[in-house]
Amino acid sequence: MNHMDIKAKAPAKRRLSLQKKQNLVGWAFLLPAALLIVWMCFYPMLKALLLSFQSGQGARLSFAGLKNYAFLLKDSVFQQALKNNFIYLLIQVPIMLMLALMLAALLNNRKLKLRGLYRTAIFLPCATSLVSVSLIFRSMFAVGGFVNVTLMRLGMIQNDINWINGSGETARAVIIIALIWRWTGYNMVFYLSGLQNIDSTLYEAAYIDGANPLQQFRRITVPLLRPTILLTVILSTNGTLQLFDESFNLTRGGPSNLSITMSHYIYRTSFENVPKFGYAAAMSYVVFILVAVLALVQMRVGDKR
Amino acid sequence: MKRKLANVLVYVFLTVVALLSVFPLVWMAVSATNDSQTVLSGSLTPGRHLLDNYRNLLANQDVWKAMSNSLVYSLSQTLLALVICSFAGYGFEIFHTRNKDRLMSVLLLAMMVPLAATMVPLFQMMSKMGFLNTAAGFVLPSVSTPFLIMMFRQSARAFPHDIIEAARIDGLGEIRIFLRMFFPTMRSTYAAAMTITFMNAWNNYLWPKVIMQTNDAMTMPMLTANLMSGYVVDYGMLMVAVLLSTLPTVVIFFLLQKSFTEGIAGAVKG
Repeated sequence: MNHMDIKAKAPAKRRLSLQKKQNLVGWAFLLPAALLIVWMCFYPMLKALLLSFQSGQGARLSFAGLKNYAFLLKDSVFQQALKNNFIYLLIQVPIMLMLALMLAALLNNRKLKLRGLYRTAIFLPCATSLVSVSLIFRSMFAVGGFVNVTLMRLGMIQNDINWINGSGETARAVIIIALIWRWTGYNMVFYLSGLQNIDSTLYEAAYIDGANPLQQFRRITVPLLRPTILLTVILSTNGTLQLFDESFNLTRGGPSNLSITMSHYIYRTSFENVPKFGYAAAMSYVVFILVAVLALVQMRVGDKR
Repeated sequence: MKRKLANVLVYVFLTVVALLSVFPLVWMAVSATNDSQTVLSGSLTPGRHLLDNYRNLLANQDVWKAMSNSLVYSLSQTLLALVICSFAGYGFEIFHTRNKDRLMSVLLLAMMVPLAATMVPLFQMMSKMGFLNTAAGFVLPSVSTPFLIMMFRQSARAFPHDIIEAARIDGLGEIRIFLRMFFPTMRSTYAAAMTITFMNAWNNYLWPKVIMQTNDAMTMPMLTANLMSGYVVDYGMLMVAVLLSTLPTVVIFFLLQKSFTEGIAGAVKG
């Protein structure tokens, strides 16, 4: 050992301990948030899994193996709810996202007059709570309500249509209309902010090369927005599989459960009449697995191209 | 010629969409001034029943209690979420190590967990801790969200590390660096996070419905939804309640539209 060695080592050691200290400070900054997520999300998830293997009413539960999951196959209301969620997903999400993309592309044009006004108006529904949306649409589509009166005045229908309670199709249609109204502007904002990252000279070059607006949209806008589109697809899928407020307040799941969603049915099973926590937990795991699997599939497909 | 026609069509299309977007809210506000019968007849002319409807509502429900409950719950959630998530986002980015990055990707999984899946266990936990009907019960499950942590982590990425090093050499403690340097420069991120958190908290329905079981603890969305559940619905009164519960978020929307859009689009910026 000579002096040189010791001299070189000392500062290195001090730097290491400084790094260690900073590492710990970092942990202190993020620990409250991380612990809260574990405590309020991962731990209940685990408890729900255990619960899903138990059966009984209220707080008196006993081990039941896979009985709850087996019962899912026989429960026609659950199957209807599952089907409804997929109907909402497959009809509402594509319509809404295409509309939002179209609006964003039109509003991205700097030469457009009243651009800010249009954007604010289309974005405004986002400020309305889902409960308010449900109540407003339920009232507008009521028998003898605004929509029926207007359609009759226009001569498009002869008699009142019982939108909410008449048939499964009309009830689901009202939910889909309300969803499109509430969320199109929200998704448009994602696209508008994604469009700002696209170099405007690309469009100028395309214009000089003779590409018409539709070609520009298909060849520039859509491919470059792919990550944003993927994000909105995942968010909307997640949201649609968790629909609650609209089913609960707009149609009350009716008529005879034809518009009920899975979250609504889980809530009903958990907290109304005779609570069946175990069965509700089993259903909630189906929702969770669907959300997770669909998100993974979408990420795969979205990344590939 | 063809260009001009296309241009006109664009304006017509945008105008129709804009009108349809605003219409249900206008209809709601107009209906709040009419009696139930007129609302149902499809009238679009403002009436003179606003005060009557409001008085009916007061006689029926403790609206201002629900309004103040919603305000207290939402403000506490917003304040706590901003503090906890901005600290976390800063910690994940400024002090990042491989283990911290790993933890972050695990926490992101929480975004995929639906409330329906955790609702029953959470309810049992809250009830055991005596948090039913309390602001603590309302707030706890949503003060720490991966979305907000990501947002602050993203903005911390743009924060120059040299300045932090310089401050450390000057002997400033880590908390002081956060409070005096990071916090003031990230005002727009805080504004965006605040707007979006407050809106979400105010509009939340399923979770409060699970844990708020007394009338005294009710939120405004719960109160409005209850008005619809009777056999005879007074639509004028209902629309006054909807108007009241929508007013705060619409005001925030107009005042802070920029930070609201930034908050929503926060996830887009890579």
